[in-house]
Amino acid sequence: MADVMLKGIKKSYGPVDVIKGVDIEIKDGEFVVFVGPSGCGKSTLLRMIAGLEDISGGSLEIGGTVVNDIPASQRGIAMVFQSYAIFPHMTVRENVAFGLTIAGASKAEKEEKVAEAARILQMEHLLDRRPSQLSGGQRQRVAIGRAIVRKPEVFLFDEPLSNLDAALRLDMRIEIGKLHKSLGATMVYVTHDQVEAMTLADKIVVLKDGYVQQVGAPMDLYHRPENLFVAGFIGAPSMNFLPVDIVSRDADSAHVQSSLVTQFAAPVWREGIGASGAATLGIRPQDLHPVDSGGILTGNVTLAERLGIETVVDVALSDGTRILCSMAEDRVFEPGQEIHLDFDPARAHLFAQDPQAKAA
Amino acid sequence: MASKLTRSNRAGWLMALPGVGLIATFIIVPFFLAFGFSLTNQRLASPNPTEYVGFENYSDLLGMAFFTLEPERDEAGNAVVEDGEIQYPRLRKFTRNNPDYPNLQGKREWFSWQSGENRKVVLASDVVFMKALVNTVTFVLVVAPLQSALALGLALLINQKLRGISLFRAIYFMPVVVSIVVVSLLWKFIYSPGDGLLNNLLSGLTFGLWQPLDWLGNPSTALGSIILMSVWQGVGFHMVIWLAGLQTISPTLYEAAEIEGSSKWQTFRYVTWPGLRNTAVLILIVITMQAFALYAQIDVMTSGGPLDSTQVLVFQAVERGYGKQDISGGSTISVLLFLIVLAISLLQRWLTRERT
Ligand SMILES: Nc1ncnc2c1ncn2[C@@H]1O[C@H](COP(=O)(O)OP(=O)(O)OP(=O)(O)O)[C@@H](O)[C@H]1O
Ligand SMILES: [Mg+2]
Repeated sequence: MADVMLKGIKKSYGPVDVIKGVDIEIKDGEFVVFVGPSGCGKSTLLRMIAGLEDISGGSLEIGGTVVNDIPASQRGIAMVFQSYAIFPHMTVRENVAFGLTIAGASKAEKEEKVAEAARILQMEHLLDRRPSQLSGGQRQRVAIGRAIVRKPEVFLFDEPLSNLDAALRLDMRIEIGKLHKSLGATMVYVTHDQVEAMTLADKIVVLKDGYVQQVGAPMDLYHRPENLFVAGFIGAPSMNFLPVDIVSRDADSAHVQSSLVTQFAAPVWREGIGASGAATLGIRPQDLHPVDSGGILTGNVTLAERLGIETVVDVALSDGTRILCSMAEDRVFEPGQEIHLDFDPARAHLFAQDPQAKAA
Repeated sequence: MASKLTRSNRAGWLMALPGVGLIATFIIVPFFLAFGFSLTNQRLASPNPTEYVGFENYSDLLGMAFFTLEPERDEAGNAVVEDGEIQYPRLRKFTRNNPDYPNLQGKREWFSWQSGENRKVVLASDVVFMKALVNTVTFVLVVAPLQSALALGLALLINQKLRGISLFRAIYFMPVVVSIVVVSLLWKFIYSPGDGLLNNLLSGLTFGLWQPLDWLGNPSTALGSIILMSVWQGVGFHMVIWLAGLQTISPTLYEAAEIEGSSKWQTFRYVTWPGLRNTAVLILIVITMQAFALYAQIDVMTSGGPLDSTQVLVFQAVERGYGKQDISGGSTISVLLFLIVLAISLLQRWLTRERT
């Protein structure tokens, strides 16, 4: 049993508060991903779980025990670093066996465990090489191998794939996913790559400025973002936002319009939306589709990017506001051409006008 | 945009000229002159013309012989013993114009030991040079490991994030910035006999039991005293080099080791020390070269005495070249020193080469 509980966790460096009270519950065997913009404190949070950073406030439990004051090596965790952190002067074998060497394990035990890790990661043929003779992906494999050998209850990954090229990242991502299934260990994974977050996570934690913005399954965050920040952060290209006025409101929808937006009924479930006044409308670029005439939005094409599998169109509305529309087909648009856009009202998001990023 | 000045070849050479000129005048030319002089009988000032003498200077310095001295015997063939000591013929009988022993001609006793009735004698053409050679090698063999280990220890201590740590860095580095001549003068006071600072300190620490020593005046303590103060003076410099090496080691490696539960010693053994390999090679070579060049301390503190117990190669080279006006002799010592240091550096590089 190794669930990880963060209760009111805080971290300050001198007078600077970096983590400002974070509560997260990570269940045994869960794959949790921390995402957020650079500098939001993802690494700091992970390093506090690892025991590499002192905890300034709150309590951290691993497997039901408060571990605030327990050294890293006794927390039952293993960590994989962005920079690999494998020892340059040791062979792959020695690197993978490092923890066992430190613990004074016998040669036979080392052989056996290294062989097992090598088999899981398919790197038997690399064991006698030195790190300088490995590619980036292979180095990260070695680092993961070193983590596996520890048989930790919790794996911690800090942007493990961000030094790799796109193709390799895909391979390694799939590999890490498989590893999670086969080991069944709890994994906490920091990334700023959305695709990694969406595909690997059982649960995503969105962080900003030291606060948790939202916690939920990937599709929860995508379909039901609680605030503007999460809505804008999850999904690529990111969600379009337009100011609108509320005309009327009933139990679960509100009629909205503006000089740019023809009146329609948007679903309402977030707090802070009244029967009148201003609000922010959010529409994902993928939910917009061009129509021949009518439509809720009208503008002119300024730029069209054809990616083959999709076409991303940059549209300037009548007052110059730019929105993006992404369609899953290859279509030709001329710059300057008038375009009418429509969307399924049920897929619109309505946010309170001045929705402060959630501040606990 | 590069101006005409920075692109012109002539301007480039002109700018390099002062530096190249100085290096050539004071290092490259004297280096080859020393080679040349060592093959002649050149003197600093002499009315006689300089002559080419081949390797005579080298054999004068390095000439050695081994000789077994048999005791004087009476008619019955027994060794003559007087006052409980076996009597030997005078060594001079063999080394001065004795046609039977041309290989001993002009040599003097360096050291000897007893072997049964006989006395085994090692003779050298130039005993002072031999002593200087042995002292220099001793100095290097003691200073190189001691100074590098101490410097590493200090570097490890000050490579911590503690308040006021830069004060300690400054303190340890201080002796390096003070001129070696000044340091030598200061330590001469520290070592002075009777109520010198060191004697006083030791007698204070032992509640007066300490018998004051004449540190620099006693052949058995003089070289040791010079070694001690040289280590103290140079340790800060090498500490800084070690520190630079330490700071190239990625902190995540330490974190990875910490997570694995590595003890302090294990972390040093598996992370720090392997990460310092190149630094270690550099330091070893630099210390060796510096130690072989030992001169100022000797010149200021002992002038090679007492009883040649602190004679060293560079001091001898200067002493002969300028003190005795024997430029060719001094040059020969310099060339030998160069060859020794070169050989040791090559050996060290080979021993510490990257094994694949
Ligand atoms: N040792 C430190 N002293 C002071 N401030 C620090 C220290 N380490 C990190 N910080 C600050 O804490 C904040 C969070 O840093 P952290 O490394 O956790 O960000 P991150 O979310 O991992 O960002 P990235 O995606 O760029 O890795 C940053 O604003 C950073 O400047
Ligand atoms: Mg980070």
